[in-house]
Amino acid sequence: MIRIRDLSLRAGDFRVRDVSLDLATGEYFVLLGPNGSGKTLLLHCLCGLLRAEAGTLDVGGRDVTHAEPRLRRIGYVPQDYGLFPHMDVARNVTFALRAAGRSHADALRELGPLLDTLRLARLLDHSPLTLSGGERQKVALARALALRPELLLLDEPVSALDGPTRAEVLEQLRTVQHQFGVTTMHVCHSIDEAGAVADRAGVMIDGRLVQTGKLAELMERPASADVARLLQVKRNAKC
Amino acid sequence: MPPVAGPRVHWVSVVTIAFLVVFVAGVLVLIAADLFYTSPQAMADALGSPEVRAAIRLSLITTAATLVLVVCFSIPVGYALSRYRFPGSVVVDAIIELPIVMPPVVIGVSLLVFFRTAIGQWIESVPGLQFVYTPKGIVLCQFLVSVSYAIRASKAAFDGVDRRLEDLALTLGCTHGRAFRWVALPMARNGLAAGAVMAWARAVGIFGPLMVFAGAVRMKTEVMPTTVYLELSIGRIEPALAVSMLMLAIAMAALVLIHALGQAHRWWGT
Repeated sequence: MIRIRDLSLRAGDFRVRDVSLDLATGEYFVLLGPNGSGKTLLLHCLCGLLRAEAGTLDVGGRDVTHAEPRLRRIGYVPQDYGLFPHMDVARNVTFALRAAGRSHADALRELGPLLDTLRLARLLDHSPLTLSGGERQKVALARALALRPELLLLDEPVSALDGPTRAEVLEQLRTVQHQFGVTTMHVCHSIDEAGAVADRAGVMIDGRLVQTGKLAELMERPASADVARLLQVKRNAKC
Repeated sequence: MPPVAGPRVHWVSVVTIAFLVVFVAGVLVLIAADLFYTSPQAMADALGSPEVRAAIRLSLITTAATLVLVVCFSIPVGYALSRYRFPGSVVVDAIIELPIVMPPVVIGVSLLVFFRTAIGQWIESVPGLQFVYTPKGIVLCQFLVSVSYAIRASKAAFDGVDRRLEDLALTLGCTHGRAFRWVALPMARNGLAAGAVMAWARAVGIFGPLMVFAGAVRMKTEVMPTTVYLELSIGRIEPALAVSMLMLAIAMAALVLIHALGQAHRWWGT
């Protein structure tokens, strides 16, 4: 269970204000919003890369609001995947387990099922620089899931991919999320993308989480003209 | 980028390439003049003399110690300059780069003056910490003259490492220290190594501050540049030339290594 209460943060002049949200264990939540609405800032705050000004964050019953990023049990996949270019795929995916004290060989053994699910075994000795966008995405996902986090944060995970790869990766995201039962928050712009994976969705505008619910509910009963405009525009744009 | 259509030869290319040829030819003529002035046998004899061998040995020992100190200082200082903003950082930047632009002999004078102050006298009174006119003084001079080059290279190397990757390492279970060691340091390694080589090459060649602060005592505080001066001062051009050629070879090797490190990303994929 993830419980966010009245979370506020500031980055320069921009503020994210009073975000409250509960995520059930194993839930796949998609956060929608226009560019500059504060979605990525919220993710950074949740994983500890930005300090919260106010509010609380509970992960599995632990208050981690002011905990160091490494102690939160929150995995994060940034928009550009953030793979370490000086390490091969194997050392990227074992990174977190090695940081936790396992040897590289033990970590690889432990991650076998995950690597099989994501079909990464054949890429282990490759440099991340030689991978396609979809492969990089999967490596980043495996790396973030290695420590079995209680919350997985995905920042526009398929925005850089072409159409067919995007559909394949979205399906794989859902499969892995089901298989590992990890609570997931996925940030994106696209209603279609949200529809492919979301159990529930929310809309963020100008630093405020203005509405949450089933995607169909958001579409049918938008809470404000801004939400209606966002969802309508995005639907027409077929992002 | 494909070549622009039109004539390949025009007045801009002719003039700029002519200047390039003149400069490179000028340097090569100087080197050739040195090489042809003496014979290989005369150079070998000169390099075999006890004084010259002692100077080469002391140069290698002191510059090795300087290199260790330079690496120990330049990595944390370069990282701090790259990652943190603080009041007066522009002034701090200028102070760190000062030794690059100031005449090296001023460093020797400043050190000499400092070791006449109360603090300097106290340091000199600590057993094993005598600097004035000792090999330790040589290391101190070499360090102060060369460390700025390594710090500048270190800062540039860390500037080239995306800070977000270090942040990401924190979310993957790393402490700040481990994120530095596992992400920032290896990603900056080529730039750090190039800076260290540059600083070492600079340390090998310094002369002015040594004359002031460490002296030019044969077989005691004599390093390669000092040998060139001492040999020339008594009219023995062969040993001076031999040591000069050796320093030239070191400088060339250092430059080749620095360029190789600059290209290393092509081999290592970093």
